[in-house]
Amino acid sequence: MTGVHVSTTINDDPIEYVCPADESMLDVLRDRLGLMGAKEGCGTGDCGACSITLDGQLVCACLVLGAEAEGREITTIEGMADGEKLHPLQDQFINNAALQCGICTPGFLIAAKVLLDREPNPTETEIRYALAGNLCRCTGYDKIVKAVQAAAKDLRKQNMKK
Amino acid sequence: MRYESPTTTKEAVSLLSKEKGKAYVLAGGTDLLVRLRMDMIEPDLMVDIKRIPAMTEITKTAAGFKIGAAVSSAALAKNKALVKAWPGVVEAANLIGSDQIQSRCTIAGNLCNGSPAADSVPAMIAAGAKAIIVGKKRRTVALENFVTGPGKTVLEKGEMIEAITLPAKAPRSGDAYHRFIPRTEMDIAVVGVAINLTLMKGKVASARVSLGAVAPTPLLVKEAAKAIIGTKLDDAALDALAAACSAACNPIDDKRGTIEYRKRIAGVLAKRTAKIAYERAGGK
Repeated sequence: MTGVHVSTTINDDPIEYVCPADESMLDVLRDRLGLMGAKEGCGTGDCGACSITLDGQLVCACLVLGAEAEGREITTIEGMADGEKLHPLQDQFINNAALQCGICTPGFLIAAKVLLDREPNPTETEIRYALAGNLCRCTGYDKIVKAVQAAAKDLRKQNMKK
Repeated sequence: MRYESPTTTKEAVSLLSKEKGKAYVLAGGTDLLVRLRMDMIEPDLMVDIKRIPAMTEITKTAAGFKIGAAVSSAALAKNKALVKAWPGVVEAANLIGSDQIQSRCTIAGNLCNGSPAADSVPAMIAAGAKAIIVGKKRRTVALENFVTGPGKTVLEKGEMIEAITLPAKAPRSGDAYHRFIPRTEMDIAVVGVAINLTLMKGKVASARVSLGAVAPTPLLVKEAAKAIIGTKLDDAALDALAAACSAACNPIDDKRGTIEYRKRIAGVLAKRTAKIAYERAGGK
């Protein structure tokens, strides 16, 4: 197995690593870089627990090779809070109890942020479609949808002040 | 396994043709990397085509559109000219998986996968799409002749798709794709129907009808097109269309649908799809 040397940017930090050519980005994040936020649920792109962004696009880290990240920009859940200050989505997930076991939560937060960056005022239907690639077996989704709606409102207020 | 990410088609073809072991083309990876992970394949080489500019672009030409093999479904939806000209193709491509999958999956990959139930393939067949294949020689294959069986295509060792072409949209034409799945999102088609038609004085002058998930390969059903050509899609024409579609089916029985059910649904969906295509073509 040939190792691939990769220089990339993760959460605005320049990062370098060497990984086997067939290793997934998810394994690189978790096992090489210690970024344990992205979770492995299914490993086949169905559950969204490993959601990250790659050059701004929402993707499943399990379906990206570590080798593909060369020169790209990646964001993970570890980059969402601003130091100790949580992102409005994170705050509202807590306020609305939009999680129980928490395994799916990082993926939901990343997917919801991609949605709100694109559409600051989504309808409930838009939220449900945008989060269709993320599975949660605890909440029944309603609390997650409510949290996203509340965070969208917070973000719109924040942006009006700016 | 080796990983290569060439920046030209020539380099990619050279890597593929020189490899003595098993070589695979990596576009979106939404099928390939699943198979890798499940140990269904053991590649010696994976050639990532996403750094080849010609394969990551959608170009509009006088002849129509040229869609690079590495263009994601999400990128198709963002191309306004393409959405306007071929809404059926774009809506079919956008039905594949979640947003996470849309960011990566490609219509060329959907095609090369050879699945009988691929959503974008019937839509592309109806549109008259062609695959530009590069390898030892450059050749072009009409998509209805591309898939030869479940998981099997006309691609030979060392060959790959560089781009898929769609013709320019004819005046007064419209296309549409419908599929049936047991839930509202994120599932595999039980039946898929794509129809592309052109009107002349309010009547269907030409049409292409393609069915997915009802036979070992996606089908181009000429009898179904004949059933609506020359009509204003009156009830008799729609019934004839449905009957021709049902008759063309050669489906499997599985947990998603029985043979009888798939045949019947093919007809029902064909009627609905034809009406949308007719409306998009400006028919009333």
